[in-house]
Amino acid sequence: MDGLLTLYIFMLAAFTGYEIIAKVPVILHTPLMSGSNFIHGVVVVGAMLMLGTADTPVQQAIGFFAVALGAANAAGGYVVTERMLAMFKKKED
Amino acid sequence: MTMPLYVQSAWFLGAALFIFGLKGMSSPASARKGIIIAGYGMLIAIAATFLIPGLQNIGLMALALVIGGAAAWISGQKVKMTDMPQMVAIYNGMGGGAAAAIAAIEFAKGDAHSTATTILAVIGALIGAISFTGSCVAWAKLQGVLKKAHRLPAQNAVNVILALVAIALGAVMVIMAPAKPELIFAFFAVALILGLIVTLPIGGADMPVVISLFNAFTGLAVGFEGYVLGNPALIIAGIVVGAAGTLLTQLMAKAMNRPISNILFTPMVASGPGEAISGSMKELSALEAAAMMRYASKVIIVPGYGMAVAHAQHKVWEMTSILEEAGVEVKFAIHPVAGRMPGHMNVLLAEAGVPYDKIFDLEEINGEFGQADVALIIGANDVVNPSARTDKASPIYGMPILNADMAQNVIVIKRGKGTGYSGVENALFYTDNCRMLYGDAQPMAGEIIQHLKAMG
Repeated sequence: MDGLLTLYIFMLAAFTGYEIIAKVPVILHTPLMSGSNFIHGVVVVGAMLMLGTADTPVQQAIGFFAVALGAANAAGGYVVTERMLAMFKKKED
Repeated sequence: MTMPLYVQSAWFLGAALFIFGLKGMSSPASARKGIIIAGYGMLIAIAATFLIPGLQNIGLMALALVIGGAAAWISGQKVKMTDMPQMVAIYNGMGGGAAAAIAAIEFAKGDAHSTATTILAVIGALIGAISFTGSCVAWAKLQGVLKKAHRLPAQNAVNVILALVAIALGAVMVIMAPAKPELIFAFFAVALILGLIVTLPIGGADMPVVISLFNAFTGLAVGFEGYVLGNPALIIAGIVVGAAGTLLTQLMAKAMNRPISNILFTPMVASGPGEAISGSMKELSALEAAAMMRYASKVIIVPGYGMAVAHAQHKVWEMTSILEEAGVEVKFAIHPVAGRMPGHMNVLLAEAGVPYDKIFDLEEINGEFGQADVALIIGANDVVNPSARTDKASPIYGMPILNADMAQNVIVIKRGKGTGYSGVENALFYTDNCRMLYGDAQPMAGEIIQHLKAMG
């Protein structure tokens, strides 16, 4: 990918992350940490790409390990975040 | 490998849904919808990846997804809300490990890359590996598997030397690319050990900040490996989380009045007893406490982690409901570091059924203590210690605190006369308007409820 263009993506993504969190009330910090933890679980896609192009047994083994870890990151992050957020209720509910 | 347009589009959609989801998660009302939206983004991104033509090892891939996904799904359903911080830590560590493993395969393949790409791959591998072993240590500590803080002699020197060795090995990998297997192995070994050694001496109280820092690390590692793979979805998700996590870490460190460098490199020590405290601690009974709150017009409850440990939050909410029915205004005041992670106390109260519009954070409620008839402190200590405002010799001087001492009356439910996490005496307990109710929070709240019911 074009190097400089990627630099723009880096900058804009960093700015987006900063802006979204800056306005978050403290009461949501734990679910949010967990939620952002879930989002970097997308690393599983990268791991799948590596396993999908692995040619030696060693690469396959590391790739398998990477996909399993990435999947655990995504699945676990989702479940705990959803469980926490499901409990937040307003009085009238 | 060139990706078909439909795969690229699906990844694009996934990245967009992550950002929408994260945005949704920034307000309590839309937060649950937010995580579900992000969840769809993840499913779309993963499903599209399977559709890439020419991908090998599909069976292995599906097996790894099922094993990793199912194990985490089940453990995530089971974990208790009090144990949430270490669970977040371990899932985060796995993401870091995955990012490091991606880099390892990339190095092992030895494909030609530009120098900039190799540098980012090395940095991503380094911080991913640190996040992996560091998060495992964080999990072990909060889970109680590792009880003591292990401090090496000359800990900081060892940290610095290991870090320099890791960086040097990384630099050699960039210069001598493609790297030999021995070099790759040595680099990862040092990086993994570095994560262990840096995290081992850090105490449990500081762990939330460290977990948050590792969360940011994993985000950055994912973003950098995304660059190496030429995958914008990974870059965007990783860097957004990296930036968000960095900010979150700063907010937490600020709330604890401890710079991040301080948490990583110096153990928390009581720097002396601080000013001498005059007066004595005065007890009261559950009946007196019940009467005091029943005939108050405004009560502010300050819950601490002690309440969660005693599993008293359900009883406390029951007590609150009775008081409210009797016409007493009740609010909850939460210190940013109450619990084991910022916002953890909110989760624990939410679990007990306390609506979030009754819960206020430090800045919102500090002005209201002056109008409160009773401040009820349950299992909290350092976060209400007025020495943080007044006593320059105190180790917690400067930490923002809840001004519970400004209420007309203060009732403290506490197991014994001991000090808080910081090991500092609490001047609040000795003031004239403060009364101590000694006992476990759960039976104490139960007793207060009995007396309140009897009063009608």
